[in-house]
Amino acid sequence: MTPAFISDFVDAIELIFTPQRSDFGTDVGGLTEFVDFTSTHLLVSLVAIVAAVAIAVPIGIYLGHIGRFQFLAVSISNIGRAVPVLALIAFFIAFVGVGFTNVALVLLLLAIPPILTNAYVGTSQVDPDTVDSARGMGFSEWQVLTRVELPLAMSTIFGGIRTSSVNVVATATIAPFANVDTLGVPIINDNVYGGSGQLAAAIVVALITLAVDGGLGGLQRAATPKGLKLAAQSGGAPRRRLFGLIPRRSVQPS
Amino acid sequence: MSANIPLAQAPEGFFTERDPEDLDCVAQGGFCPDWILENFDRYVDPFFQHVFLTVVSVTIGFAIAFGLGLLAHRQRWLTAPLTAVTSILYTIPSIALFLLLLPLTGRGNTTALIALIAYTQLIIFRNVVNGLRQVPPDVVDSALGMGLTPMQTLLRVEVPMALPEILAGLRIAASTTVGLATLAFFAGAGGLGAEIAAQITFQSNVVVAGGLAVLLASALDLAALGLQKALMPWERKAVVG
Repeated sequence: MTPAFISDFVDAIELIFTPQRSDFGTDVGGLTEFVDFTSTHLLVSLVAIVAAVAIAVPIGIYLGHIGRFQFLAVSISNIGRAVPVLALIAFFIAFVGVGFTNVALVLLLLAIPPILTNAYVGTSQVDPDTVDSARGMGFSEWQVLTRVELPLAMSTIFGGIRTSSVNVVATATIAPFANVDTLGVPIINDNVYGGSGQLAAAIVVALITLAVDGGLGGLQRAATPKGLKLAAQSGGAPRRRLFGLIPRRSVQPS
Repeated sequence: MSANIPLAQAPEGFFTERDPEDLDCVAQGGFCPDWILENFDRYVDPFFQHVFLTVVSVTIGFAIAFGLGLLAHRQRWLTAPLTAVTSILYTIPSIALFLLLLPLTGRGNTTALIALIAYTQLIIFRNVVNGLRQVPPDVVDSALGMGLTPMQTLLRVEVPMALPEILAGLRIAASTTVGLATLAFFAGAGGLGAEIAAQITFQSNVVVAGGLAVLLASALDLAALGLQKALMPWERKAVVG
């Protein structure tokens, strides 16, 4: 804990609130600029996540409901993990071009796999006995889906959306490579913004990501049916599968 | 001045050959097989730097997370706080973590390795704990009943039975780390990401550097799969029988 280290962080926080003169003679930083970067950052992330949810949730739920194409739903997310995002952005810049749409598209591609896989896993792992009981009670196929499978899968589905959102907000940092001015600007243009600017943007990005994670975690808990929460709290429950949901999910390749 | 990002042209010094068609392709920042063949050398060092970052951080990360997992299995109350801490580490974006560490550890491999190790923790720790937890209680009881000490039970019964899940965690950690290491250049640690970012609009460059990263991830995944087969001979028999 040297004073030098602390003053680095103090300088960085100062730069968020008041503009500083850069080596190039221009003013950089300041609250207005950082609010601008942050709003662009959140906007491009939001567009990507909303689009990804609209595409991946219905497909995942449908595939989970009919219980087929497991290989497809699961392996898409494995392939997705291996591709470096920077390479993906670079690929799009090199082959498609720069701009807001382009970045949103890359982030969309990044967001789809976890959402798709979780929607599939959540829906398909609902206990078959529970589904059969619902059918036996005279539920239509649509009712089985909306009143039994979806509520039981909700926590897992939200888990996917949460994972994707955190990834997308984190990745939007490299959007300035495609000329979209997110919080990555001070990080990538460090020759203008200097170490303090870099550090300042890193602090803001980290805080935003933690906030998004926390917020969606709250939403996830709110969307979990009361019965599942009770079962999870009672001791001994984690050893057994709970309505077909794996107790605490661990990730599995292929 | 966001113009220090290279625009759609190859930097100077790239035109090593005088073949006009080839020169044209490079000048337009296109995908040029000839250029790739001639300039492949430049990717060798970054590639091995990338391998170094990945292998070292996954190895150290596995040792730490496996130890923490065993500890949390024996001392159940530790599971929740350790999960919380590793989750927060995992949530902080990698670029931000690289930069947040700079004032503490400076530019270079140390910073990159610390951040990359931090990211492996949640994945491996969670899989170790879940794997151990899913060992049937009857099996553990039998082992204890046969006179094994709790430590022997852990090492000879529970860990082997949890291996599929533990190694699944290792595989995911490896491929995730390859991806994250492409951003290690923000910590001044080079790697394939530095090559990608240096000429991000030059298609040949992006394809080669990005392709090498994907190849590395696949190779490590296959290696981990081989390790899984070697460590779990009974699984192989089960498939045949």
